[in-house]
Amino acid sequence: MPPGVSLSDFTYLLPEIVLTAGSLLVLIADVLLPRGSRVLPWLTIAVLGATAAALVPFAGEHREIANGLFAIDQFALFFKALFIFAAAMTVMMSVRYLEIEGASPGEYYFLILCSTLGMMIMAGGIDLITVFIGLETMAVSFYILAGFIKPNQRSNEAAVKYFLLGAFSLGILLYGMSLMYGLSGTTNLRVMATAFAGQERDPRLMLAVVLVVAGMGFKIAAVPFHMWAPDVYEGSPTPVTAFLSVGSKAASFAMLLRIFLEGLPVMSADWRLLFEALAIVTMTIGNLAALTQSNLKRMLAYSSIAHAGYLLMGVVAGTERGITAMLIYLVVYSFMQLGAFAIIVMLRRRDMIGDELKDLSGLYQRHPFAAFAMLLFMLSLGGIPPTAGFMGKFWLFGAAIESGYVGLAVIGVLNSAVSLYYYIRVVVFMYVKKETTGSEPTMSPMLAVTVAVAVVATLAMGVYPRLLFELAEASAQSLRLSGIAAAIR
Amino acid sequence: MGQAIAFYGLSFFILFFAVLVVSTKDTVHSVLFLVLDFLFVAALYVLLGAQFLAAIQVLVYAGGIVVLYLFVVMLVNLKRPPEAYEDPHRRTNLGFALAASVLLEVGAIATYGYASPAPALARASEVFPVSGNTEEVGWLLYTSYLIPFEIASMLLLVAMIGAIVLAKREL
Repeated sequence: MPPGVSLSDFTYLLPEIVLTAGSLLVLIADVLLPRGSRVLPWLTIAVLGATAAALVPFAGEHREIANGLFAIDQFALFFKALFIFAAAMTVMMSVRYLEIEGASPGEYYFLILCSTLGMMIMAGGIDLITVFIGLETMAVSFYILAGFIKPNQRSNEAAVKYFLLGAFSLGILLYGMSLMYGLSGTTNLRVMATAFAGQERDPRLMLAVVLVVAGMGFKIAAVPFHMWAPDVYEGSPTPVTAFLSVGSKAASFAMLLRIFLEGLPVMSADWRLLFEALAIVTMTIGNLAALTQSNLKRMLAYSSIAHAGYLLMGVVAGTERGITAMLIYLVVYSFMQLGAFAIIVMLRRRDMIGDELKDLSGLYQRHPFAAFAMLLFMLSLGGIPPTAGFMGKFWLFGAAIESGYVGLAVIGVLNSAVSLYYYIRVVVFMYVKKETTGSEPTMSPMLAVTVAVAVVATLAMGVYPRLLFELAEASAQSLRLSGIAAAIR
Repeated sequence: MGQAIAFYGLSFFILFFAVLVVSTKDTVHSVLFLVLDFLFVAALYVLLGAQFLAAIQVLVYAGGIVVLYLFVVMLVNLKRPPEAYEDPHRRTNLGFALAASVLLEVGAIATYGYASPAPALARASEVFPVSGNTEEVGWLLYTSYLIPFEIASMLLLVAMIGAIVLAKREL
């Protein structure tokens, strides 16, 4: 009979417990506080701050807890910090947006916190049961958040589409996971890796790999599992879109790395091939489709699909260097993406949705700071030095070349060149086109702080990337990579 | 050998009814075929020695979820083919017969159940000594898998709040 969970296991889950308690507090505070109170977002940020503080004692920790259900390591810590930061930025850009849309804020902040909880569990889980339940917690929160603006038909459509396709893809993922469990007799990913040794040619295991790749491909919005992304990104409330494209994607990549690098190193020949094909198709189709978009949120959706393709290169490389590059790129991508969406949130006014490309025209005359920030985010997304996007791409392509995937890196560079066209088009609209709307956009102080943080981060990580590099490297080293290293050699 | 025959037999019926679920035109019939399908899946669980799962399958899926489906089917008022309306009293007698037999059975259980005392509860573990029964699942849930179990409670809370958010009228 397996032993139960000890009290020390719960001390290692302190950040998750703080976040859970805090989310319940937000839910109760919403009922108790008088209507129109502005305390709630601050309370949410305080909860996120407390969670971040609870992470600090576990820096440098490296162990498995609760009979191998969770790993407390630098990798998990890295992702948890990223999720908390992204959630805080999302909350800051949500305040005025919710006021304009007239949505009730209480449940909104609760759901943001719950999806963050799900992401943290995904990043820490090294057991199929744990990562799955984390994925579900995150996904269910996002299904509701996507449809949070109920009077808006596009929001309803986004929620229904995301829910239906999400449930379908989850079925595929679960089928693959059940095959993995059935073939190894364990749900623990690390035990599984040893159980699978010598079974490379088992067709049932290959089927499991294909199914899990397809299921995860949906979550990271890789072509050909990307069809939901543009509609959901366009229809969801803009701050939710930002969090979805950053948090959900990062968490899914964390889970993907855990499953494939720690659980299925013996099958690396198969899944590297699959991911290589996915990366090429995802980059190319994402970028080509983005070229023709006139809606900013849709364009950024296709651009985020393309970025999933770049990120997959790190998985294909499969080396410590590749994972380091991936982690760096995920952070860089998060800041520039959140920043770009914050500008779109700023353009939303009572009389204007503000997510069309033409709504940006003449922004330089109307709001020079916003125009400059957007210019920076676009250059960074396109990968122009000295922004962070350049450093991120530099390391990713470098890792691919080092692992012998020169062709993949060349396709990546060509794709970046294509992507510049639609990023620069945004800049042209802001700086060259004459304004058409005639009204002045204003930034609330919270939104200004969000944009400023994103601007500083995008520049700082581009000019002085050493700190981020060291953090990412330590995190990549804490993954159990011995299996994959042996398989690749 | 016997188990293999039972497995393939049950699998055949599961697939057969699954095809009927999607191929029937009448939505109510489709839902009823789904009930049959769920029952055969439950039988498959019994074959594997997972009695608890079988009971849950019958209670939650065949019972709860299908009732929900029927509600939805009736609420959205899908067009039924005209032959469904040809004679509303055609099956009345059949319905009465079924209801009478269920009543008889309930009555019989009530009468004879008290006449012969139920076996002591302690003997339940002797009846099902195999793993996969309720005790085993409960034990695992509250020991090794306590933390995922707790997270599942958060997941259910999110689903509940979500249902309220989406269903309530604007204040």
